[in-house]
Amino acid sequence: MVGHGEIRVVHRGGSKLHFRAPTISADSCFLACASGDCVKVFSTSTEECIHHLRGHTDLVTGTLLRPSNHLQLYSCSLDGTIRLWDFTDGILIKTFVVNLPIYSMVASAKHEGVVFVVTPTHELFQLVAVQLPPSPQQQGEVLDLSAVIDDVSSNPAATAFGREGEFIASVKGSRLEVYFFRKEKSFSLKENNEKNKKNTFTCVACHPKDDCIATGHEDGKIRLWRNLNQKKEYTYLTLHWHHAAVSSLCFTPQGTNLLSGGVESVLVQWRYKQENQKDFLPRLGGAITHISVSPDGVLFCTSHSDNKITVIKNNVKVSAVIQGLVKGERVRTDLLVDPRSKVLVLNGRPGHLQFYSLQRDKLLYNLDIVQQEFIHEDGLQQFEVVHAAFNSSGNWLATVEERQQKSADVELHLKLWAFQEQTQSSWFFWQFHPDWAPHEAQVTALSFCPSADHQTTMLVSTSKDGHFKAWAAAPDAHAANADAPDHTEGPSWSCDFVGTYHGLVPERCCFSADGSLLAVSFQKVVTLWNPNSWELVTTLSQPPGTIRHLCFGRLSCSKYLLGTTSENLLCCWNLLTCTLEWSTAVETTLLLDDPRSENVAAFSFQEGNTDLFVFKPNEPRPLFSHKAVCSGRVARAVFAPREELLEACEESSQWLNLSQLYFLTPHMDLMTFTTKVEEERLMASSKPLVINDSVAETPFSLLLGKHRRQHENEERVLSGSLLQTPAHVLPSTSFLCSMFVQSLLVSVTDSRSEEMASDNEEEDSEEEMEPSSRSERAPPPTDSTAAATAVAAPALTKAELRELKRVRRLDLSWLSGVCS
Amino acid sequence: MGEFKVHRVRFFEYLPSAIRALAFNKDSERMAVARTDGAVEIFNFSDNYFQEKVIPGKDSRAAETLCWLHHRLFAAGLNGEITEYDLENLKPRSSVETFGGPVWTIGCNRQGTMLAAGCENGTVKIFEVQEEKIQLQRSLERQKGRILSLSWHPSGAQLAAGTMDMIRIFDVQTGCATHRLLVDRGVGTCRNREVVVWSVLFLSDRTVISGDSAGKVQIWDGATGTLIRTHLVTKWDVLALAVSQDESSVIAGTSEGTVVQFQFLPSTMGQQEKEWVRTRTFKNHSHDVRALIHTDTAVVSGGMDTQLVVRPLLDKVEKNTQESSMRKILFPHKPLVDCAHRAGLLLFQFTDHLELWRLGESEGQGKPGESLPVKKKPEKLIHLKKKGDDHICSSALSSCGGWLVFSTICSVRLYRVQLSNNTVSLTKVSKLPRILCWAHQLCFSADSSRLFAAGARSSVHVFSLSQSECKHIHTLRPKSGSRQPLHLLCVSQDGHWLAAANTDCEVTVYDLKTMKLHCTVPVYSSCPTAMAFHPVYNNLLMTHADQQLSEFSVQQRSYTEWSRALHRRGLHPLWLKRDTPVTHITFNPTNPAHILLHDTYMFCIIDQTLPLPDEKSVLFNQMMLRSLPESERMRHSHAFKICKNFQNILCFDLLEDQSLVVVERPLLDIMSQLPAPVRQKKFAT
Repeated sequence: MVGHGEIRVVHRGGSKLHFRAPTISADSCFLACASGDCVKVFSTSTEECIHHLRGHTDLVTGTLLRPSNHLQLYSCSLDGTIRLWDFTDGILIKTFVVNLPIYSMVASAKHEGVVFVVTPTHELFQLVAVQLPPSPQQQGEVLDLSAVIDDVSSNPAATAFGREGEFIASVKGSRLEVYFFRKEKSFSLKENNEKNKKNTFTCVACHPKDDCIATGHEDGKIRLWRNLNQKKEYTYLTLHWHHAAVSSLCFTPQGTNLLSGGVESVLVQWRYKQENQKDFLPRLGGAITHISVSPDGVLFCTSHSDNKITVIKNNVKVSAVIQGLVKGERVRTDLLVDPRSKVLVLNGRPGHLQFYSLQRDKLLYNLDIVQQEFIHEDGLQQFEVVHAAFNSSGNWLATVEERQQKSADVELHLKLWAFQEQTQSSWFFWQFHPDWAPHEAQVTALSFCPSADHQTTMLVSTSKDGHFKAWAAAPDAHAANADAPDHTEGPSWSCDFVGTYHGLVPERCCFSADGSLLAVSFQKVVTLWNPNSWELVTTLSQPPGTIRHLCFGRLSCSKYLLGTTSENLLCCWNLLTCTLEWSTAVETTLLLDDPRSENVAAFSFQEGNTDLFVFKPNEPRPLFSHKAVCSGRVARAVFAPREELLEACEESSQWLNLSQLYFLTPHMDLMTFTTKVEEERLMASSKPLVINDSVAETPFSLLLGKHRRQHENEERVLSGSLLQTPAHVLPSTSFLCSMFVQSLLVSVTDSRSEEMASDNEEEDSEEEMEPSSRSERAPPPTDSTAAATAVAAPALTKAELRELKRVRRLDLSWLSGVCS
Repeated sequence: MGEFKVHRVRFFEYLPSAIRALAFNKDSERMAVARTDGAVEIFNFSDNYFQEKVIPGKDSRAAETLCWLHHRLFAAGLNGEITEYDLENLKPRSSVETFGGPVWTIGCNRQGTMLAAGCENGTVKIFEVQEEKIQLQRSLERQKGRILSLSWHPSGAQLAAGTMDMIRIFDVQTGCATHRLLVDRGVGTCRNREVVVWSVLFLSDRTVISGDSAGKVQIWDGATGTLIRTHLVTKWDVLALAVSQDESSVIAGTSEGTVVQFQFLPSTMGQQEKEWVRTRTFKNHSHDVRALIHTDTAVVSGGMDTQLVVRPLLDKVEKNTQESSMRKILFPHKPLVDCAHRAGLLLFQFTDHLELWRLGESEGQGKPGESLPVKKKPEKLIHLKKKGDDHICSSALSSCGGWLVFSTICSVRLYRVQLSNNTVSLTKVSKLPRILCWAHQLCFSADSSRLFAAGARSSVHVFSLSQSECKHIHTLRPKSGSRQPLHLLCVSQDGHWLAAANTDCEVTVYDLKTMKLHCTVPVYSSCPTAMAFHPVYNNLLMTHADQQLSEFSVQQRSYTEWSRALHRRGLHPLWLKRDTPVTHITFNPTNPAHILLHDTYMFCIIDQTLPLPDEKSVLFNQMMLRSLPESERMRHSHAFKICKNFQNILCFDLLEDQSLVVVERPLLDIMSQLPAPVRQKKFAT
């Protein structure tokens, strides 16, 4: 961040949701979850993210409902602070500065104003009691620290409070330690790990009512320890269902059930005291990493290793899935942006491509490319998606999947996917028989021809077998719309051209922006081809060093071709003169062109860090440079077009106006660059989103509230509910339109004609709604019948009539309340 | 240690019988084990679980249930009789007919005044215990269905009895049933099958605990007759229950071979209210657990897989002591195989017959560890069936192979065996002295001219053998006048000395020349498990149940210098940790300093010339020594040379031609002959 104060590298989306166990609010409506540097609050019913609780400057390592006030939430972080939030409104209430990195946190209602945190001391972790100062200031320094247990595990699952906060249990390795607060003594026992028994503890949970401690073990066993007092008379019960390590254990609030989960991704419910009765909830997705239960016991939440939180209702039903960006061990495909929906596309679950909305920070869907069952076992070679490419209009997707068996044979599939325009929803597999290998060796690059017309779609693939192949969709009668429902009608893909160059191995291929030239790099040589006639136009070369990246300049710079070599050269050729325009020595790991502007971004690796340069090919001076954007090599990045253009006047940040640059760090964090202007705009837009629908609204409270709140309130509720409610549960637009328009009008209560008009409309709409909603409206029938009789009776004063209509309007707005 | 040719014998098809019942006497720390063949074994728990006595069974009499009454042992079975055993003469003392059909269960009250028997016809019969006998006092109210289990309330006023589908609580005074506890049947297809209450416990707080064939352990309030809690333990049957002395822990044995522990625990600390909670599960058996004992420190279980398992409760014992290791008692602690050193014959003792085998022969030379080609296969010469109902209790083969003797509890049979090339002739010695009517222990002298038989009150009868005659010469009696039976007899090689050990741990040495008592070995607290005279020095070598070794010089009537040195230094902790006793000792005539002995899992050659190992040295160092160069070996070697190449050894002996005989009985062979266990779901099958 040297010299560019206004451009920052920030985490943008896709942060881990499964890093720590989620916290469910007391009313089971919200779910708070540590995610990167902020805490995200989700709605458990709609899966929407409601608030980002921002404030921490490092990784958030734990969230906790304040035991004395269930509307407040503590969060702790590696930055050494504990923050208290009002999570329903997203307001930071207090910050407690501990000045030690905090790895996890527990608290109990019995210990008022004390939280127990795990902090490192001299290579060991220690459980420390932190007395939070009750000062009214926003920020408070914590001074009162006292160690409770030395040498604990930093894993939050390894520490738990016992019945009514009487004791705290902690496991580490093969040792279980219990600290009794009343006696101020601790008790520890050690499992014998002889004979290769995998007795190591992995997690611990305490029964809320009994003195019973449940521990999970490496070998999949669960032990329920009882009678753990000072005397050596402890005893235990062993439960065994999991075949691999138990990763999380949790008792339900009443203590009737014990939940356990592990890599099997099956949630097991053990009946407490009838442990041989157990229920299973299988096939939840990735390995279960955390389990949490809402304070009322209605909801269970399981976090999964594929960055997912599953909300389970009433013990049996998966009611919601909150899915973050799926991160595997590595991303084989390039980062792509779907030209149609402008979402990020990359490898997700094994054998899938995930479509991830950057704006909403939400996984849209997974596209199963391989269409084979993934086997959760180490050491198996399974199909992986290694390349993917979209054409410029976004209605074709090409994927290459491969499986490397042993060393030599490579199994390759090239698949083409067409977008279904009719349903606007999904991709369907178009062509290419799965047994039919496109190349004999690994595919090195895949590129669509960015031709403007849809008549001819061309795909070029290069492979280590020394060939590059051009695949073309035959200009069919129906080719214009590639959404033909049956597979027989539509373009049929076939190999158009096979190109070689002196038996060299092609590494990269790239089309010029207008599709008139194809550049294919054969080791040290760049060849330029005319894709219409398949003539070799010219060759360029800058030995020594093989070409690593290739890209054409765009717009005003379209006469330039840029390339990087393995000898740390960045070259720029002028295609008109076929000469080297300029070159510079820089170790470039990634070269990327912005599809909307002339800008080219180059990530270079120097001294363990990656630097970023943004330049125009025709200008010698870089537009922007940023030293040390992250440590390690950046291998994947993408320019994502902005939906809304940014108007930054600063010269250095202008390159971010049209599109945004995202990149993946070696640790698989998705990062981006933001400007100050953008941040301000974001802050501004997030402020007014505070809508208080957090309290469960009963019809009665609404009715009463109306009397208190007056009209504008009502309108706010209406517009609020319109914006909040998912579209599929809203009444028809024609019905809502009038209400919405009316709510925007300045209400003049004594204007008779306006009132009449609106009343009429409301009457109409009410009649429309009446048959459908009669069943769910239990209390109002008396009202409506009363109204009906009132209308029937001729002798009514104006005031009475007005009152009646008011009652009716109330009724309607309550209806919208029901909708929300 | 030397190289030996080894006869690895695996044709002894010994099959122990299943354990049916267990009874533990807390005062004497003796446990009685009833097996399905009718044998009753007495183990001394205070002396390293040594099997002191074996009362042989009888074809028609199999004990279904056992009960200690002070020092008296009662058993009852499906023949409808209650039998009291004579633990001094190792035979039944008296029997009482119950007149209620087969007896399924007996139990005595804590006061030791009454004995109750549950019968097939649905009656509970109460017997009054008298000095010499028991006498039927009354029958409790008759029920429908057999009485399978019963338990006295510690006060002795009430009694719970488990029958088909229900448990009844009787008032012993009036003989009436006060409560009827209906037990649920199993679910599904077992719905229409009667549920059998296999076991019931009546605790002092009037809690009744039952185990039944539907796999449930149920806890009832005996005062009100209501069910408190049901623990579904298994899909199969819960066959046995046992409670600890302080009534804080109950164990249940199931058909799956598991033992499940329940403990009476407060749910929160410091609370008075307690409840029965299922805790640990032990799985040490492959088949049904038929009988259970809960001692203060351990769970003792036995069942269809014939093993007696002592599983210590780790919260009750010190860690890493001899007490904290689990024990499996597989084989009897007395030898069942007798070896004729000179003739190369083996005598195998079964409960109902004897087998005489001739060892095979091999040819050629091989490297250590290799198996030699067999020239002549081992051959079964004689299969000798017992006469009558009673099972064989002891047998012996003379070392020349010419004499064979066996005894049941009512008769002794002596045979002359003549082997000539291919013909085997067996002639019974018809006229035996009347005094030789039964013997716990039989033994021939080395030159086969004398026969020694252990009789009542630790006496030894000496008989002389001539061509076809057997004459009683003398009866040797110990000075102490002990009433306990002898369990070990041995004669010196030159026929001068005879040593006899009884279960009071007394070892008496007799001079056979003068037919007088020579001396008694100072009494050691642990029972001798094997003893032998040294062929050259006539020192008596003894091993004890606590794994101690001692050498006693008969001439000097004192322990030898080596023995004293051994005691001063102490044995290696690993040696003391072994859990099976040494059952046989022999010597190498060519190297008099070598002592050969074995237990179930190893054999050992003790070289008396080498230094004794101290606590820090490696006990099992044979492999290590082999890897060392010749010069280094001497520095590391010590007196104990242990070989674990052979497992489950029943007999280990050295023949005259310097070849070893090892009789093994692999556990897998025993397992394969047992009936199939109940089906259990295994993971990933």
